[in-house]
Amino acid sequence: MAHRWTPDLTHADVTPRAAFLNRRQIIAGLAGVGIAGGIGGRAMAASDALEPNDYGDITTYNNYYEFGTGKGDPAKNAHMLTTKPWSIKIDGLVDKPGDYSMEQIAEAMTMEERIYRFRCVEAWSMVVPWNGFELADLLDMAGVQSGAKFVAFETAMRPEEMPGLRYPVLDWPYVEGLRLDEARHPLTIMATGIYGKPIPNQNGAPIRLVVPWKYGFKSIKSIVRITLTDTQPPTSWNKANAGEYGFYSNVNPTVDHPRWSQASERRIGGGLFAARQDTLMFNGYDEVASLYDGMDLAKNY
Amino acid sequence: MDRINSALRRVPPWLIYVVAAAWAAWMFWRGVTGDLGADPVKALEHTYGERALQLVVLGLAITPLRRFAGLNLIRFRRAIGVTTFFLVLAHFTVWAVLDVQSLARVWADIVKRPYITVGMAALALLIPLAVTSNNWSVRRLGPKWRKLHKLTYPMAVLAAVHYVWLAKGFQIEPLVYLALIVGLLALRVKWSGLLPGLARRSA
Repeated sequence: MAHRWTPDLTHADVTPRAAFLNRRQIIAGLAGVGIAGGIGGRAMAASDALEPNDYGDITTYNNYYEFGTGKGDPAKNAHMLTTKPWSIKIDGLVDKPGDYSMEQIAEAMTMEERIYRFRCVEAWSMVVPWNGFELADLLDMAGVQSGAKFVAFETAMRPEEMPGLRYPVLDWPYVEGLRLDEARHPLTIMATGIYGKPIPNQNGAPIRLVVPWKYGFKSIKSIVRITLTDTQPPTSWNKANAGEYGFYSNVNPTVDHPRWSQASERRIGGGLFAARQDTLMFNGYDEVASLYDGMDLAKNY
Repeated sequence: MDRINSALRRVPPWLIYVVAAAWAAWMFWRGVTGDLGADPVKALEHTYGERALQLVVLGLAITPLRRFAGLNLIRFRRAIGVTTFFLVLAHFTVWAVLDVQSLARVWADIVKRPYITVGMAALALLIPLAVTSNNWSVRRLGPKWRKLHKLTYPMAVLAAVHYVWLAKGFQIEPLVYLALIVGLLALRVKWSGLLPGLARRSA
């Protein structure tokens, strides 16, 4: 069952007609018209409509340290990554553990387009039109057992294809994790495309996580393994610097990174003179707030 | 080496100002026209900062190069130093005006964020150095001038620490700059003068 999450508003509600028509042309060129409901800009929290970044910006400005620490390194080096064949090992507390091939997964899942804000912990942001499916559906495919409380993810580690692995920037392989209820939230998707095209290698081909209310590093790329566990799994940036990167890493303008403010962000694509924008709580996705009822988000950063 | 040195004597030091200013303006123009990638603000901020750090290393290398390799770049030292100051100023201005965009936030960052505090300290140390980089000051200050310009050493270390501190994860490049700067400073220490003292103390 996909389409659990439907945007309240569509482009027409929030966008001046000229811009709306213009955007419709873009959208029509992408993925067909049938998905218009699914791609409605998330306008609830943002006062302006979500205008996706250029395909060029999205695919040349990346943090993917397995291919180098420079923003342009992934676009330069990620072509070395073999993404076919690809499978995800799903194991741990599931009824049907095993290797799930991309073909198998693609066949079983319902693809949607989701235009999400993407907020990096470095205080820049983009808007990305992802194609993918809800992670909950993949979890159901494997059958989550009742004892599972967390989901652990792991990125491919292939030194011969990933030149960045030569440097101990992080403790490779890259690992991430979510609480099960976060993983099952309808906003949480596994993305396999951008702008209706297969996701480029530098953006995490062939399949990556997207958790739009958390800092970008939680949205782990090129996933080869998903493990259901009953204990909180280790996460790469938390291991590297626990004082700066917590397990939750929800976008939160009131909790600063120790080395920089998170109160505002620079929207990529605005050029040299673009004004900073205020960062929104949960990156504007207020519907996830109930997941954290009663939690001190300054402590659980 | 003599051939190189005599060839260098024909290069006017003001050429450094011209080349640096042209380069800085060209990079800015590339930023304006969208030729610096998706995030021109960071690109410009980083390129000015990194180039300034390279000039710091070059400036510190001048004395050792003369002493150990016989290469004489002394004529260019003032121009290199003053250019360093202007690039650091450009780096700071891009950060303050185009990146942080508010005086309150600039001040908050300087006070609250240690790597920015350190960077600002390096810039502050550069000011008296730049202001006294002229013949009149050299004459006027006499021996005090040499002493004042030893501020270059802490400034260089602060600049490198600023870069190391802002990196995410364990990154090599900032550490290379720090190592170069510490190494170039170590070459200036009169170890032979220190050793007998150490020997006497331990005896």
